[in-house]
Amino acid sequence: MDKVKEDIVPKAKRGKATNELVVEMKDVRKTFGTKDILKKVSLTVKRGENLVILGRSGQGKSVTIKCIVGMLTQDEGTVKVFGDEVSEMDEKELKELRVKIGFLFQSGALYDSMSVRENLEFPLTRVLKIDEQSELDQRVEEVLDAVGLKDAIDKMPSDLSGGMRKRVGLARTLIVKPEIILYDEPTTGLDPITSREISELILQMQEKYKTSSIIITHDMECARITADRLIVLNDGEFVEEGTYEELENSKTEFVRSFFK
Amino acid sequence: MAEHELSGWKKWVEETGNQVNFFTGFFRNVFAGGFEWSEFVRQCYEIGYKSITLVGITSFIMGVVLTLQSRPTLVKFGASSMLPFMVCVSIVREIGPVITAIICAGKISSGIGAELGSMKVTEQIDAMDVSGANPMQYLVVTRILATTLMIPILTLMGDVIGLFGGYLAVNLADHTSWSLYFNKCLSSITFADLLPAFVKTIFFGFAVGFIGCYKGYNSNNGTESVGLAANSAVVSASLWIFFLDVVAVQITQIFFY
Repeated sequence: MDKVKEDIVPKAKRGKATNELVVEMKDVRKTFGTKDILKKVSLTVKRGENLVILGRSGQGKSVTIKCIVGMLTQDEGTVKVFGDEVSEMDEKELKELRVKIGFLFQSGALYDSMSVRENLEFPLTRVLKIDEQSELDQRVEEVLDAVGLKDAIDKMPSDLSGGMRKRVGLARTLIVKPEIILYDEPTTGLDPITSREISELILQMQEKYKTSSIIITHDMECARITADRLIVLNDGEFVEEGTYEELENSKTEFVRSFFK
Repeated sequence: MAEHELSGWKKWVEETGNQVNFFTGFFRNVFAGGFEWSEFVRQCYEIGYKSITLVGITSFIMGVVLTLQSRPTLVKFGASSMLPFMVCVSIVREIGPVITAIICAGKISSGIGAELGSMKVTEQIDAMDVSGANPMQYLVVTRILATTLMIPILTLMGDVIGLFGGYLAVNLADHTSWSLYFNKCLSSITFADLLPAFVKTIFFGFAVGFIGCYKGYNSNNGTESVGLAANSAVVSASLWIFFLDVVAVQITQIFFY
């Protein structure tokens, strides 16, 4: 039993969070039609911190991170990233902000008409405007090496497994060196071993690239490995906040039910 | 009932507004700088080069059929010598542009609708957007400009092949020399036939690309919407081609005849 417990201790160390707030959401409300998806949600993320958002499906977790990156605009409340209100940004400011925020989609969202190399070069040539092939090659190889997929450089997304697609997706997110990474269910649909590898990778990348992260997940193993702090959402509302151990022993039955 | 009708109108107004936004977004991005030349060339190849066989075969058959169908009537009136004239005017003014555009609506517009719809469903467009890249410029501008350029070229090629089909069909019944047939063809058409026919193919090309991109880019999430995007792209593009054709004919009547 002790051996098993020892095995699941994460290999990477958590980065140290500072007190500087990089994301600050206050009393955010978002409705679609007549349905309230978010009702007065508030959260903060410190620099270097990994925040995990827990909640059942359809409770507004993805909407929360889409508001942070400006894909959706809140109806009420404020969403500040690096101190600036996202909903008040013009197109240029939003584009600049998005360079600093990486977004890893649930499916990896690799461009399926492009090879792995082209997928990784895309944000470099289009967003950072890097034209020099030697620099492109060096950065592509560096991130692929970091996610352990150097051999897949010339493969097409259709030739990759689910776990590999997520790794390449993470590499594409990391290649522009973002300060914040938003993970939308990074381990969904993966087997337990690959899920754990991805969770470890998230932690390793945080340590290596000094990023802050918001991780949406249902996978408690992923939450346990990656989270510095967790918040629980239910029915579009904030329920509880704390470390993994604190929430595991929560007085609220709903919160404890995630840990069973 | 009244409420239902009102909601129908509301949807129509909303859809029209979205199309206008997409239209202005396209032009804003055309002139925004950072044009995607390599993707544009790739799209020209995918849209133009890969449609040559289909457009060529269809145009050839149309030329043959038109000639074979018209010949008996012209013979009845003792006007069989007018056959090259009739075939040429019909193909250049109307059949060539419309048939090519309709084929492209079926092949290209649906393909673009399905491709962009699938990219939307699998969050690839969102991924491009949140990375700070410009999906409108990379995906939409290149495709619309490629169809706007390639469909007129395909039409010109289709016209020539259609006339060649007509020549072969004429020779099934009579012997007509190649030079006589083409001399008659060329002497029958004027600038007033060529220019409006060519200009309208530019609009057809724009409509084919624009509608395919609009339907795909704005498809709802879900695999069903990919099929719907492809299907509605063909239907809408075909209707727009006929509508633009009517407008083009009216304008041509006013300015050229």
